[in-house]
Amino acid sequence: MPETVFSRPESLRDVTTHYCPGCTHGVIHRLVAEVLDELGVRQRTVGIAPVGCSVLAYNYFETDFHEASHGRAPAVATGIKRARPDLIVFTYQGDGDLASIGMAEIVHCANRGEKVTVVFVNNAIYGMTGGQMAPTTMPGQVATTCPLGRDVDLAGHPIRIAEMLSTLRTPAFIARCSVHTPLLAVNAKEMLRRAFTHQVEGRCFSLVEVLSTCPTNWGVPPGEATRWLEKNMLPYYPLGVFKTPDGGSREPAPLSGSGGRSGHAE
Amino acid sequence: MTKKLMKGSEAIGEAAVQAGCHLFFGYPITPQNEIPEYMSMRLPQVGGTFVQAESEVAASNMLYGAAGSGERVMTSSSSPGISLMAEGISYLAGAQLPVVIVNIMRAGPGLGGILPAQGDYLQATKGMAHGDFRLLVLAPWSVQEAADLVQDAFDLADYYRNPVMVLGDGLIGQMMEPVEFADDRVPIKELPPKGWAATGHDGSKPRSVINSLFLDPEELERHNLRLKEKYDLIERDEVRFEAVNLDADYDLLIVAYGTVARVCSTAIEELADSGVTVAMVRPITLWPYPYLAVREAADRATAVLVVELSAGQMIEDVRLALEGTKPIHFLNRMGGMLVSPDAVADKVREILGADAGEVSDA
Repeated sequence: MPETVFSRPESLRDVTTHYCPGCTHGVIHRLVAEVLDELGVRQRTVGIAPVGCSVLAYNYFETDFHEASHGRAPAVATGIKRARPDLIVFTYQGDGDLASIGMAEIVHCANRGEKVTVVFVNNAIYGMTGGQMAPTTMPGQVATTCPLGRDVDLAGHPIRIAEMLSTLRTPAFIARCSVHTPLLAVNAKEMLRRAFTHQVEGRCFSLVEVLSTCPTNWGVPPGEATRWLEKNMLPYYPLGVFKTPDGGSREPAPLSGSGGRSGHAE
Repeated sequence: MTKKLMKGSEAIGEAAVQAGCHLFFGYPITPQNEIPEYMSMRLPQVGGTFVQAESEVAASNMLYGAAGSGERVMTSSSSPGISLMAEGISYLAGAQLPVVIVNIMRAGPGLGGILPAQGDYLQATKGMAHGDFRLLVLAPWSVQEAADLVQDAFDLADYYRNPVMVLGDGLIGQMMEPVEFADDRVPIKELPPKGWAATGHDGSKPRSVINSLFLDPEELERHNLRLKEKYDLIERDEVRFEAVNLDADYDLLIVAYGTVARVCSTAIEELADSGVTVAMVRPITLWPYPYLAVREAADRATAVLVVELSAGQMIEDVRLALEGTKPIHFLNRMGGMLVSPDAVADKVREILGADAGEVSDA
């Protein structure tokens, strides 16, 4: 009798996604789905898809869903959670959606302490619209609306969402992780598990920023994209837990890089 | 069932609570702040939730989430705030979500002023936001009617799965009048359960996705056609208006809505005292508009007078109704200035004294 040792999470639908080769949305979807399965909350979970590459996320998760307008997913999440506090509510947003047009919504959702979970995927570029500069685009990084590279004199420096939201006093769980190596993906799942657990326990707002690659719009092959993320994004976007509802002090980040080990304190 | 003296804003809030609305999301803006203030006090008493949103943009999207969860939900705002909600309202209409939006109109454009006006008529009835959609728009002329229409608005929103706007002005919000709420009010529509709501998915029903995105043009056109079918049904079944003196012999027909119609009705009484009979059609639903009622009433008049607190917005619907068959005269004030009963009476005498055959908008 063969034993099943690996299968698709129940929270993930058996469909082909539209994501590009080398994009990590698929990995992040799977990690979220595994966490929903393991916490046993799939049937009472409602997700909110953003505008951006993951606009069709509602086709990929086996849960009820809302498709929000650009940047407003945290407001939609607020409406759902206030209407039905028994539901597990999560938004899945990219960096253009959350850190640019939706900045007001995410800040105030976090500051009100809405008991929802935000999965924030930061790939330092606008993907769906074709590679424009995002608030998270790295200095010097070429994008279609900064063809000579991001000029910080004109566009400022990239916004660090996890750090910024961690300055808010309202209790919250805020972490940043990456999925570009298997070990870091395991750590990312742990961050997501902690974030959703805080919601299941009715404790606080939670946000997990996940660094992601965009080979298509960065204009490099997937392997090179991973190396680019390590070299350019990791130093500026350090990994780790930035805030917990109990203390709020910074936990050590897991060591960066493909050979690193997850070192966050539990 | 007792009458209670209430401010319009409070009556609107209480009406929503009585209609089973336990969720309110809004952002402060004059002259409607008494509505969110009332809700912030009242909703916790009934186990409900009031959230002061960070902006009208956010408020309209909170409505989306709450309505998509199958709950009755309301917001209120005033003109500039409604403009900020417009994007969200388009999504609400696209995703067919039942919500009630109260717009206590103030004078514009831009920041304009904070006094009553009717400058948002075209926005509410024809051009709220991008895409092909309609709002039901209800226009009360008294505090009691505001309370009644708010309750009806929830039933209409649920029945048609469509946003409904209650369009008042600063006068409605600030006036104090006696109001009564029926103890035994029954919904004006038979309301089916909200099986479409996204409240979790255990396999016993199809997955619910609250959505206005249809990338396949054929699918989107089918969606557009379904919406059009619904709008046709609303136009057929939901037209409301009040007729004044239509069974009398009259030369002149007034068309006005909201508090302006109330001013006109005072003028009509004054004119009656001096032997001049004037009729009036007061649209209660601004969309769907009572085209037929206005046309039939105008057929028996020699001229029509439209009175508005705008540069001339509803007058466009009167023109559509009349198709050039009668001269249309116009009396208006703007900027927060009001039309007085005397000004209406004077205008009526001027029109009746002049050549009734002259087609004029002046």
